[in-house]
Parts: sequence; C-alpha cells; structure tokens
Amino acid sequence: MAVKVRIPTPLQRLTDGQEVVEGKPGKIIEMIQDLDSRYPGLAERVSEGGKIRRFVNIYLNEEDIRFLKAEETEVKDGDEVSIVPAIAGGRGNL
Amino acid sequence: MGFVTGLQCRECGRKYNIEPIYVCEFCFGPLEVVYDYQEIKKAVSRTTIEGRAENLWRYKELMPIEGEPQVGLNSGFTPLIKAENLASLFGVKELYIKDDTVAHPTLSFKDRVVAVALTKAREFGFDTVACASTGNLAHSVSAHGAKAGFNRFIFIPASLEATKIVASLVFKPNLIAVDGNYDDVNRLCSEIANKYNWAFVNINIRPFYAEGSKTIGFEIAEQLGWKAPDNVIVPCASGSLLTKIWKAFKEFREVGILDEASPKIFAAQAMGCNPIVTAIKNDTDVIRPIKPDTVAKSLAIGNPADGFYACRVVKESGGYGEEVTDDEIVEGIKLLARTEGIFAETAGGVTVAVTRKLIEKGYIDKDEVTVICVTGNGMKTQEALQGKVSEPHHIKPNLASFEEILSKL
Repeated sequence: MAVKVRIPTPLQRLTDGQEVVEGKPGKIIEMIQDLDSRYPGLAERVSEGGKIRRFVNIYLNEEDIRFLKAEETEVKDGDEVSIVPAIAGGRGNL
Repeated sequence: MGFVTGLQCRECGRKYNIEPIYVCEFCFGPLEVVYDYQEIKKAVSRTTIEGRAENLWRYKELMPIEGEPQVGLNSGFTPLIKAENLASLFGVKELYIKDDTVAHPTLSFKDRVVAVALTKAREFGFDTVACASTGNLAHSVSAHGAKAGFNRFIFIPASLEATKIVASLVFKPNLIAVDGNYDDVNRLCSEIANKYNWAFVNINIRPFYAEGSKTIGFEIAEQLGWKAPDNVIVPCASGSLLTKIWKAFKEFREVGILDEASPKIFAAQAMGCNPIVTAIKNDTDVIRPIKPDTVAKSLAIGNPADGFYACRVVKESGGYGEEVTDDEIVEGIKLLARTEGIFAETAGGVTVAVTRKLIEKGYIDKDEVTVICVTGNGMKTQEALQGKVSEPHHIKPNLASFEEILSKL
C-alpha cells in the first residue's frame, strides 16, 4: 500500500493521463520530489524552491496541508493526497 | 486606442495574449492585465479626463479595452459626499462617502465591473454573457446585458430571497436556480465555462472585469481635487475591490496624474465572514477559509480568491483590517442613513461600523482625510433591517388623533 495521490486534469498530461498515482510516504515536499523523478516536470508545476505554489492547494485526507505542517506534513501508507488548483477551470486540458 | 499589451501571471510572471483566459497554465496563478503606462502617460491628462462625460469611461485609457466603450455609458462617476454630520459624530475632521448606492443601472458598484466585462465580451465576439451570483452581480449582468443585447445566463443559489430574484428576472435573463450554496454554484459555473463558449464575467473574463473596480479609486482622487485621501475603507468579499482601488492610486501616480498618492487601505469585513481581516490581524498572508454566517450576504465569501493580495496591499499601504458584528452592521446602516441621508446595503453598514472602530482604536488619525466606500443600495437588503427599525405612528384620519401623537413625540 502506498499514498494515493490525485492529479488534477491540467497535470495529467505529465502522468500519462493517470488521475491517481502512487506516492512515497514521508514529508509532502519529498513525496512530490519523488513523483517528479517518475513524472518529470510535476514538481515545478506544484512547487517552487521547496514551497508549494500559492495557487495550488494540497489536501491530506481532505485537510488543507497549510493548516497541518505545510510542506513538512508527513504522509503515510494509505493516506490520500489531492493536488487541486485553487482557481478552478482554465482552458480545459491545455 | 488600446494600451493593453497582454496578460501576465501574478505569480510566475508568464505572459499571455489578450484572450478570455484567467489562470496561468503553468503555476495556476491568476492572470492580470498589463498596460503600456509610457504610452498612456502621453495620451491622458487631468484636462483630457475633465473634458469627458461623467461616467467611468472617462478613464478609458486605464481600462482593459481595445476600442471604444460599448456598455455602461452611464455607469460610474457616483457622488463623493462630504459627510460632515458623520465626521462630527466620529470626531474627525474630514470624512467622505464614496456613494455607489446610486450606481447606474442597478445601484451597486458591480455596474462598473460589468460595464467593463461586457464591453470586453463584445470585443471578444461573445454573444452570451453569464455569471454566478447571489445578488448585485446578477442584477448588473441582467440589466447591462439586456441593454447591450446579449443572451444572459445567471446562476444563483436556489435558496436566494424572492426580492433578489425579482430584481434579476425583470430584465428577463435565463435565470438558473441551482440546488446548493454559492460555492456549489461557483464550482458548477467553472465547469460550464469550460464547456460553453460564453463570457462568464467573474470567471473567464475576470482579469478584465476586475479592472472596472479601479474607477472607484480614480473617481475618489479626481473628486478630491486630484489628490489621494489618507485613508480608504473598503469592504472585502473576494478582496479584489480592495486591491484594485489601491492599484488605481498607483496607476495615477505611474502615468503622472497624481504626484503623490499613498493612501492607507483598510479592509472591512463582518465578524461572521472575516478570513481576510483575520489574516491581517494575525500578520500572515495564509487565508484560512471559513463558512460564512453574516447578515452581510454580499460579502459572504468564505474562501476569498484575492485574499492573499488584499492582505499584501493592506500591509504595503500601512492600513489595517477590522471586523464588526451583525448588530454593529445594522447600527452602521442606520447611522449613515440618519446622519448623511444615505441608505446603504449591509456591506455599507460594515464599512461605516469598521471606520468607527478604526477611529476609536486610533488606526485613523482625527486630522486625516478618510473615504468610506459604500458599494450598494440598502433597498436591496431591507430584510436585514426587519424588526430593527421603529414602527410608524398609527393614527385615525383626523387632526385630533394626529395632535395626540404629536404631543408625545
């Protein structure tokens, strides 16, 4: 069992169209770095300089990680993480 | 004309062409209109502005359009009223009300932003305009859109009060009542905006729409005799209005219309919906979303899109944030009505009550020039005053009955 990571539509191009990918337990920011090694380009879309981008929301089991320990929030096997752009919409899948 | 060079992400700075888009494809930040201020500086002056009709388009060079204004030719340029009675009550020297209770055509500041959004929608070639709204925006899109000949789709929460529904329906838009709250309506509209080629004024037209709010700041400066006030108190829902009023003063400086303009900007919210003020008071720019519960429905956005930028403006300008209870809001409405003869909606009650608090707490100096933004008309939110105003004096239709009452007054 791993961490279940939900990828928003605009980033699914980087995950070969997958809506859910598997993440490695540990700190959120490390999990994102790890995802980037398998899905190159993902980390820079979601974070900058080790910080989650301002208009990207990350939820750990429905709780916004900003109100947990932000980038340092620990995720473990069986957790569900969702990456959600703060401003809904955009130009479809571009 | 047309002084817009493109759109730019406020976060990562990536540039985009002028299109009906609103979010950065790379980092998901909001897009903002970029102007060529050097060219604007050559094209506009106090004299050119003063020579124009008294509507919001007198500042058209600083609006995000390419051609001539097409919608809202009677919108904007609302009175800036010297509030002497209120000033003496608050113990300050100079106090003004920027009075958008008389905005044309639907009595709220939304008539400004919609005038700009619909002009831009026409330039983009849209035939249908739409919005998600709980009130003021619905009225304005319905009305401006009727006059301009657009198909209109207005999405509202199904639970909205009957009077607000009538004030949209009279303009005969397609009014869609959605089972759900405002956040649900908004989410649905984002999906619809992706699928249908419509101009959603507060979604895909948002970068242009939001610019219309600057006209409040431009007008304040012009009506004060081409100077900025020391303090401006702005109601906050999404926080957009506050950031745009600040931007207006900055732009006037940028294009040489004002030499100096650095007003302190104050955020006003209801205690039942205070995510921006809370962040300001906690000296953070992380906005914690909340579930709104306040009589000030037009400000009830629990997860404000521009909250971060609003906090930054307040801090940068040296202002502060303050919040008031529902009772204080109602008292604010009544106070403004009784002293200045202006009937504001609940958001106006918020700014008046917040101003009082800021003065009492010493955030506003008694010798400074202060402007209170009153953004909508009280006729629209009369339910807020149910049972909170006195009853009429009932008499028989004869003189004796009248004089009996008169002797008691």
